[in-house]
Amino acid sequence: MTELLSFEKSRQNAHGPRLPEADVESPGPDDVLPRELLRAQPPGLPRLSEPEIMRHYSRLASMNYSISEQFYPLGSCTMKYNPVANEAAAALPGFTDLHPYQDEETVQGALSLMWRLEQALCAVVGVDRVTLQPAAGAHGEWTALRMIQAFHRSRGEARTEVLVPDSAHGTNPASAALSGFRVVEVRSGPDGRISLADLESKLSPRVAALMLTNPNTLGLFEREILDVAEIVHATGAMLYYDGANLNAFMGICRPGDMGFDAVHMNLHKTFTTPHGGGGPGAGPVGVKADLVPFLPTPTVERMNGQLKLDFKRPKSIGRVRSFYGNFGMLVRAYTYIVAMGGDGLTQASLDAVLGANYLRHEVEGLLEMPHEGPCMHEFVASARNLAPRGIKALDVAKGLLERDFYAPTIYFPLVVPEAIMVEPTETESKATLDAFAAAIKEIVTQADESPETLHEAPHGLPVGRLDEVATARHINAYLQGQSEDPILRWKKAP
Amino acid sequence: MPYLVHSPEDRAAMLAALGVSSMDDLLIDIPRSLRLSALELPAGLSELETMAQVKSLAARNRVFADRLTFRGGGVYRRFIPAAVAAVTSKPEFYSAYTPYQPEASQGTLQAIYEFQTLIAELTGLDVANASMYDGATAVAEAAMMAHIHTGRNEIVVVGYLHPEYLEVLRAFSEGRGIKVRRGTEPNSKTAAVVFQQPDFLGLLVDAAGLTENAHSLGALAIACVDPISLAIVAPPGEYGADIAAGEGQQLGLSPSYGGPHVGFIACRKDLVRRLPGRLIGSAHDSAGRRGFVLTLTAREQHIRRERASSNICTNHSLCALAASVYMTYMGADGMRQVAEVSFKRAHALAERLAALPGWEMAFPERQFLNEFPIRVPKASAVLRKLARKSILGGLDVHRWFRELKGVLTFACTEVNDARALDELVEALA
Repeated sequence: MTELLSFEKSRQNAHGPRLPEADVESPGPDDVLPRELLRAQPPGLPRLSEPEIMRHYSRLASMNYSISEQFYPLGSCTMKYNPVANEAAAALPGFTDLHPYQDEETVQGALSLMWRLEQALCAVVGVDRVTLQPAAGAHGEWTALRMIQAFHRSRGEARTEVLVPDSAHGTNPASAALSGFRVVEVRSGPDGRISLADLESKLSPRVAALMLTNPNTLGLFEREILDVAEIVHATGAMLYYDGANLNAFMGICRPGDMGFDAVHMNLHKTFTTPHGGGGPGAGPVGVKADLVPFLPTPTVERMNGQLKLDFKRPKSIGRVRSFYGNFGMLVRAYTYIVAMGGDGLTQASLDAVLGANYLRHEVEGLLEMPHEGPCMHEFVASARNLAPRGIKALDVAKGLLERDFYAPTIYFPLVVPEAIMVEPTETESKATLDAFAAAIKEIVTQADESPETLHEAPHGLPVGRLDEVATARHINAYLQGQSEDPILRWKKAP
Repeated sequence: MPYLVHSPEDRAAMLAALGVSSMDDLLIDIPRSLRLSALELPAGLSELETMAQVKSLAARNRVFADRLTFRGGGVYRRFIPAAVAAVTSKPEFYSAYTPYQPEASQGTLQAIYEFQTLIAELTGLDVANASMYDGATAVAEAAMMAHIHTGRNEIVVVGYLHPEYLEVLRAFSEGRGIKVRRGTEPNSKTAAVVFQQPDFLGLLVDAAGLTENAHSLGALAIACVDPISLAIVAPPGEYGADIAAGEGQQLGLSPSYGGPHVGFIACRKDLVRRLPGRLIGSAHDSAGRRGFVLTLTAREQHIRRERASSNICTNHSLCALAASVYMTYMGADGMRQVAEVSFKRAHALAERLAALPGWEMAFPERQFLNEFPIRVPKASAVLRKLARKSILGGLDVHRWFRELKGVLTFACTEVNDARALDELVEALA
């Protein structure tokens, strides 16, 4: 199945929408504005009737896999069920119709929701305060690093390096670099955990922070986390927690207790706000007392029984986005936390760990397991054992798509060759996990019997494997003026 | 417990398969001293009780009717076709992840490819990216593009840029040692001149002149633009700006207390490799079928790590989808119609308000579109008086700009019908 672009379906005389007239006696822009300020050519938007538009998007929707229809075991992404009650809550007019510049006394409900969400997140991760402003996880990382930078600068220390493990998510080094830090990599040991010896050798008075995920991206708990915290703090550096893997231990343990000074959370992972095909998410950051003065403005404060937005924070790093964050996502996360409660969140993490270990056990022997278990909420397998038959992690992924499963994260973390990173989450039943394991078994058998058909997978989807290399080449040609087709957008054929 | 799927028997069966007797055996790597006895949060509630609690919070907010909302400042009430929510509430769209597996993500990929094209058309520039968080971060990232491209360390902000965008730009710049200067004159150290068209107060600026001036000193010109306005006023591509950035909330997204909305960035061809975030391109499979893929990923964090053009991973895809549905639904004529209606009503309102005793246009010689600054006798008293009549009056901009004491900006759109304008003026009489 393919679907023409809206631009290709556009017809010059299609019925557009009926819209109101001005109903006031007043000149229009053409009468008032000087010619040079006016647009010369109308924008080339498509022209389609409403029935055609609705069918267009319905057909596009049917070309997507999603957590509502498929198991989506994308490691590190925590694709769990998005409760529909969250959507109903976020759609309440008492939230959607609020202008961000309404007076504080008219938005006490919204501020109260933010205040309560902050309290709940503080309890889950063990910190003193939380900013809800960052719009995504990477935005939260950067926000935290800016606070850590401001903290050191306030003490007259020019710390210019940030340590990042080699197994870290790519946003970690990118966020550090965008904050103006030099990134220094710390190696993993043979067991997949951070090497204390390597860490010690890289620590110095130049280091501002160590960025760490725990459990790490291999799904392994950093057993020596307390030692890590001690040696990092001993040098005056701070410890930053990447919350991508928070789903592993809500109610079981807390990054704040492990010694982390700043903690980001992905509401679109752990707290079930939908991922939206690539956002909007929300990446709140929790901090310990030392970093509180540096939180972005405004914070929500309680004063004389009223909630206020506090803009007067002299040490603040300032704003990291407009207004107060992705408020609609905050409503969803809050609704989820209220429904689940402390008991429910704890059970969710326990089930996530149980499901991951169970699935790991079921596929062990089919794929290589480079590290010893138990794992936490996810595990990393390797398709290296299929290499003799010419089968790669990519082929396994495509074989899964063909069997109506979304694919796990592949080729990440970088420290595992042919990595296949599986995160089942607590909202997948044992029957689904069993079916997934059976699919892996089938693929491994197929790799043995007819590897060439696996190279051609997936069959039966809207498109087969796309030639991304050719796409990149065509873009190059366009950028170098050798082709008129921009590839990155539709353009009417000349 | 809501949303959990395992029965006690399932759990027992899985533990048995693993050959362990309890969850503690799976949590052995966590030091004992770190184990929490209980999460200190209230116990969970039924959906009925949960929704009652959330609704009681919503009920503690005061909602002003669309037609009686005259406050803008970057977020506007506009007509949102029912088509938008009908599309964005499809779980196939909202519950998918970033489209890493193109064969199973063609819906999202094609929709965002269309978004890139729509934004490129609207701004008159060559290429747009797959979305940004908001207008503020879009402007800040545009400035970072200019910094990398020119190798220069100063950003000049001309005129009334949205004050929160300026703050975000400063936060982005500070860590990297980039200087942000509010002023008018770029110099040979200037990486980019940033201006907003129309500006935060609603006034039109000489975008062509500012662009030319920036270029004469080797700096880039970054135009922060209002997408609806581009149905009427010259787009950045027509006057030669290098990068257009802006906020897309008006393209089918509700105010929602400030988010989630969507930012956009479009640029000239030679800056494409500096673009932050995701980009989608067209491709073909071995059977010759066209499809769409994430492309130019070598700029991105998961490949380039600390050398990436930005750290963006999750962006605002679903909001970009909403904006696409909106722009496709409205078409160029529909967008022009709402822009014109907004223009006419704002001008009619400005004339009537300026005739009130003690009221005067703050910048009478300047042109505007659908938002304008007006000096009033007592700003806070005016706003209180309006609120008593259930009207959300103009925005008091003195909060950000010392020189604008007593200045309110009023915004009009197609939702403020002619009768609403009468009600506003009557409330003040």
